[in-house]
Amino acid sequence: MAVLASSFSNVATVILMVIGLYVVIARGNMVKTLVGLGVFQTSVYLLYIGPGKILGGSAPIIAPEIATYSNPLPHVLILTAIVVGVATLALGLAIVVRINEAYGTIEEDEIIARDPDA
Amino acid sequence: MILRHLPALIVVLPLLAATLCAMLRRPHAAWLLALVVSLAIPPLALALLLQVLAEGHVSYWLGNWQPPWGIEYRVDAANGFLLLLVSLVGGAVMIYARDSVDREIAEDRRVWFYAMYLLCLTGQLGMTMTGDAFNVFVFMEIGSLSTYVLIAMGRDRRALVAAYQYLVLGTIGATFFVIGVGFLYLTTGTLNLADLAERLPQVADRRAIMVGLAFIVVGLSLKLALFPLHQWLPNAYGYAPSIATAFLAATATKVVIYLLLRFVFTVFGRTLPFEELALPTLLVALSLAAIGYASVTAIHKDNVKVMLAYSSVAQIGYITLGIAFGSETGLTGGIVHLFNHGMMKGALFLLVGAVAYRTGTVTVAGIAGLARRMPVTFAGIAVAGLSMIGVPGTVGFVSKWYLVMAALERGWWWLAVLVVGGSLFALVYMGRIVEAAYFRRAAAPAESIAEAPLSLLVPAWALVAGCVYFGLDTELTVEVARGAARTLLRLSP
Repeated sequence: MAVLASSFSNVATVILMVIGLYVVIARGNMVKTLVGLGVFQTSVYLLYIGPGKILGGSAPIIAPEIATYSNPLPHVLILTAIVVGVATLALGLAIVVRINEAYGTIEEDEIIARDPDA
Repeated sequence: MILRHLPALIVVLPLLAATLCAMLRRPHAAWLLALVVSLAIPPLALALLLQVLAEGHVSYWLGNWQPPWGIEYRVDAANGFLLLLVSLVGGAVMIYARDSVDREIAEDRRVWFYAMYLLCLTGQLGMTMTGDAFNVFVFMEIGSLSTYVLIAMGRDRRALVAAYQYLVLGTIGATFFVIGVGFLYLTTGTLNLADLAERLPQVADRRAIMVGLAFIVVGLSLKLALFPLHQWLPNAYGYAPSIATAFLAATATKVVIYLLLRFVFTVFGRTLPFEELALPTLLVALSLAAIGYASVTAIHKDNVKVMLAYSSVAQIGYITLGIAFGSETGLTGGIVHLFNHGMMKGALFLLVGAVAYRTGTVTVAGIAGLARRMPVTFAGIAVAGLSMIGVPGTVGFVSKWYLVMAALERGWWWLAVLVVGGSLFALVYMGRIVEAAYFRRAAAPAESIAEAPLSLLVPAWALVAGCVYFGLDTELTVEVARGAARTLLRLSP
């Protein structure tokens, strides 16, 4: 239990990661797959940001009263990754809309029934 | 002055042009802009390569922030030549693009097609040059997101499903990569590849580093379509517009293979992945499975583009086989095949696109007897096909020669036999295309089909000519590949 408490953010990261990946693999509904993909990507944000925080650390400002500060770089990196995640989700949903227009369904097994080699 | 900023210029030009392109209203104006930019980059890449060959490597500090704090673009023998290949294929494809896009893509989407093509080019060029692990991820996603759009623009509705599947698998691949980079960053505190290479040996025995290596290798393998992670590739290449297929087949997987080389050899320094972990055994097994499985599947496909896409999976197997040897000869063979396959497949997909320009879809039954109607196109397919098989006098032979040499060097004669035997598969599937086109009777409607226009034939034949020229004069490509292999193995600076 002590390990669980001390590395809470790591445990949460791994659980989210596995849930996301499982949803991507297990679901045939294209929107649900994208939701899983979103959860999977979000877990990576935690993987970077969690360890970047130091308890009691402040923002990285050079001032006499500040001794410890958290690393700002992970936040910058993840800001970029969030933008990438938003773009991926938006594009994925747009393609699903087009698939729905072309096939009348967003279930993968029904699409394969209509186009066997799709 | 401007020469100092070449690395930044090569990425910034297509990036800015993409935004400008998206604002233009007339498709031909967008094409002209894309053409001018695509033709401007090869000379810049060549100038950069000459600078690299003279100085060893070129390091560019973005925004003049000193690495490892700032982002560094680092070009050496290994990526300088790949940069030239990507930009040359990009130029050839844009000359070809106008007529092909006018035929294949709805008028209101053409402007967006060119904008996405330029973004895709930006992504490939950026991934090749950057020396920063997180920057690799950003460029990878710029390239991938635009690729999904390019594929979804295919005429067949199956293109949409292929784009969706690629989006899901591609995102998983890129996310795996970024998880691996995260582990390296958490352990070493740096993202600069050269800096990582220096710091990793001190922490190489930590579990986090091994996990990071595993995530990076699996993520990149998904992106480069290593068997059995290749499922996204055949339909994506099969149903995308001709231009997109030719450009992606010649460049996209190649750039990711370069990244795999860079991480396994430069960053992890060969010893960890090659001697302590079983990466070579795994790569040999998967490469052979790719060559066998994908080639046999290719033989059974009737859609010519899907057939050639499966053949790409098999050819990627040859490249990863060369990497698996981990020796100078093996790497030389792998890297030479990387260039050669880019050229051969680029040529084949452009020529098949020229057939599609006249016939619509291209199936083995549909091209029966067409060689008489389109002699120049099919002569090109035949020559590039011989090169795929590995007939002496073509580039395919050069790659196979070095792979066989590397196998014999190791004493793996059975592997040498399998590499040569693998050519028989290529003989069968390329043979099916050539047999149908040359020796079967044409269907009645074929009477009205004429030769493809020159704007399609000239760039395609330029690549075919490359297949023969570099097959006869092997010195240039092999020397550059050997230089790249020596740089990666740290045998020379």
